[in-house]
Formats: sequence, C-alpha cells, structure tokens
Amino acid sequence: MRKIASLLAALTLGLGLQLSAFAQSIAPDALVKNVTDDVIAIVRQDKAIQSGDTRKAVELVETKVLPYFDFAHMTRLAVGKDWRQANAEQKSALTHEFKTLLVRTYSNALTQYRNQQIDFKPLRAKPEDTDVLVRTEVRQPGAKPVQIDYNLDKQGDSWKVYDVLVAGVSLVTNYRDSFGQEVRAGGIDGLIKSLKDKNQQLDTTVSAKK
Amino acid sequence: MKNSQPESKPVLRSLAMSLAIIGLTACAGPGGHPKDPLEPLNRATFRFNEEADRYVTRPLAQVYDLAPLPVKTGVGNFFGNLADIWIGVNNLLQGKFGEGLSDGGRVLVNSTVGIFGIFDIATELGLEKHDEDLGQTLGRWGVGDGPYLVLPLLGSSNLRDTAGLIVDLSVDPVMGISDPGPRNRTTALRFVQKRSQLLGADTTAEQAALDKYDYLRSFYIQYRRSQIYDGRPPREEDPDEGNGADDASPATKENPK
Repeated sequence: MRKIASLLAALTLGLGLQLSAFAQSIAPDALVKNVTDDVIAIVRQDKAIQSGDTRKAVELVETKVLPYFDFAHMTRLAVGKDWRQANAEQKSALTHEFKTLLVRTYSNALTQYRNQQIDFKPLRAKPEDTDVLVRTEVRQPGAKPVQIDYNLDKQGDSWKVYDVLVAGVSLVTNYRDSFGQEVRAGGIDGLIKSLKDKNQQLDTTVSAKK
Repeated sequence: MKNSQPESKPVLRSLAMSLAIIGLTACAGPGGHPKDPLEPLNRATFRFNEEADRYVTRPLAQVYDLAPLPVKTGVGNFFGNLADIWIGVNNLLQGKFGEGLSDGGRVLVNSTVGIFGIFDIATELGLEKHDEDLGQTLGRWGVGDGPYLVLPLLGSSNLRDTAGLIVDLSVDPVMGISDPGPRNRTTALRFVQKRSQLLGADTTAEQAALDKYDYLRSFYIQYRRSQIYDGRPPREEDPDEGNGADDASPATKENPK
C-alpha cells in the first residue's frame, strides 16, 4: 500500500518533486521511470542543454540522478580484482575520479537527446529480490531501438543503481581492461593519475567550447 | 565517392587472405589481452580507420545527417528491409522459427505495402525488427570467437565474425548488384547511413575512454556476447564478487569514504 500511495503522490506532484523523499519505499522500476521522466522533461524545455551546455547538463545530473547511483559499487566493479590492493584513501580517490568521469561523459550525452521515446519494460522480479534489472528501450524513427538497462540493488530501504548497460554492454565493466592496463603499468596510483588527467582534459575542452 | 569503394570480389578475397594470415600468426604475442594476440597489427589498422573516419566517413555522415528525417528514415528502412531476408534465414538456422517467420512476414509486408521497404509498416503491425548475422549464428552454435580483429574501414570484429561476414557479404543483395557503378554507390550510401547513426555515440565514446582502442575492444566483445544471447546474456562471473560478501548482504557493503 505504501508503494502505491507514494507512487500516486509522485504522479500527482509531477515535475519538480523531490524524489528523495519517496526513495525510501519506491519500487526500483518506478524509481528509474520517475528519474528518467523527470530528467527528460527538463531537457525538453532547456534550450541551453539542447545546444550543448555541458555545465548545465552536469548540474541537472548531479541534482536529479546522482542520489540514486552507488559510485563506490560501480568503481569496485570497474576496477575488478585490483580493487583489493587499494587502501581506503585510494579507493575513495578512485571513486571520486571515476564518478567525475562518468558524470561528465553522460551529461554530455544528455545534450544530444532529441525527442527519442523511452519505453519501460515490465519488471521481472520477486518482491523479496534485492538485486534487479530494470529494462528500458530508446526508440527513434528509422533506427533499431537501443536497450538501456539498469542494475539496482537494495540498500536498507532504498534502491541504488550500480550498473548501466547500453545495448547489453556494461558501461562499468567496459573499463576493466583499460583500468587493469593502467594498474599493471603504474599501480593503483597510476590509475588514479590517468583518471585525473582525463578529467582535467575534459574540463579544458568544456571551457574551451564556451 | 564513386571510386572510393572497392569492388565486392576483391573485398572478399582480401578478407579471406587476411584470415589465412591471421590463422598463421594468431599464436604470437604474449603479455597482452588474452583475446587480442594481434594487438600491434590491430592498433595500426585502428589508427588508419580513425584517420579515414575523421577525414572522410564522419564528414560524409554529417552531411547525410542534414537530410530531412523522413528521407533518413526511408533510407534506413530500405536497407533494413534488404537485411531482413538474411536475418530471417539466420533466425531459422538458430532454431528460432517464430522469429524467422516473423522476419519473412516483415519482408513481405514492407516490400509491398511499405513500398520497396521505404516504410516500416511491419513494426507498426507488431512484427519486431531483429538483428542477426552469420557470426551470431555460429556463436549460437558454440563456435568460439577467436582472436579480436580490427578490419580496415569496417572496424571491430573477430575471427569468427569475419568468417561470418564473408558469407554475409556473399549473399548480400547490394553486393549482388552486377553493375559496379550502382553497386558501389549503394554500398557507399549504406555505409554512410550506418555511420550517421553513430554520430553522437562516437563523441561519448571518445570522452568516456581512457584509451579508445581498449574501450572499443571491450565494447565489441561484450556487445557480440549480448547479441548472441539476443540481449539477455547470463551475467558474467565477477572476479571480485566471490569474496565480496556484498551480494548476499547489501547492508554490510563496504563504503569507502
């Protein structure tokens, strides 16, 4: 009942609602749908984001999307077995840099949104599941639909995304080969440095564009 | 554009030749990625492809992208309809008879009511478009993927998928056009149309990757695996997940701050 009540509340409140207040009890598929609808509605109206204003897109992602992502988990998956050899400080540095990279990259992808339609597939999960896959499909005329799927796990009462799959490809584990390469070449610190450099380089291209 | 496309027969011959060379050299190369024993050669081809894309293909795709949406949709649908025949055959070869029949239905509907495939009426009737090729069929049959390969202009592949591609091309209706002029122009248009669909995604990959070659190689390996399982691959064993204890009890998850 609580689920239905909060869903109804979310629906009636519509745009501009603070999802975090409901995140406590909302189902994972409803969570993904609400966040997606919310973000798309904003991008549709925001001429600045549509014309490639990355900074505004980053702001949007940071406020609307980030609260529902578990970047520590994502980073651990991306680093793979080398994660064990990192100390607490290195783990938090890795998480910070990887988060920055993902947010930059995919905020930028958001500026390319052009009225594609997003379909939400029915969730196949049992009520007691604590790890689910929410499946969506992005449709556009003249092209094959692209699957975008979200892996979420339950932490206490709330669900967090820990992986995103585009066309069946995990955007997180896709980094594993190059991260492994960096660790072999320069250790954990070498990987942290490469990520830092990459983020800085993205930063300068963004400000150069302005 | 007219002369930029090689003729179909030499393409097939050189692909077959590369396969033979790869067969001879695939055992070389210690230390690198286990799926990529030919990494130095692949990286060289990759660099060539990047240049060709930057100066030729991508600009052409950007020009094509200026066309009105109905035109682009029509062109995409037209080539999609030609591809549906072979997609259906591959579904049948994989024992997916329902899908195979549905692909046949798509071709019938779209070639007639959809006016030579320009309109994708079948999708609107609920006959979903599929994506199959012989490489996927071979994978479904249990053929391993073999070493990763970067093909000139065509990009990421592997030994199995290249072998599949040679057969795919040999039955391809566009490659079957006997007059080389129209054949090359149609091939070029299809190539540019395919490339135009990746505009945007290419920038994202560029920004996301520490090393674009590594990134695209990982992507291709995962993508083909996903395609072979029709978008539902079993989740791969995670080297770290085994002793992580976090899947069993999310509440105790380590949380580096």
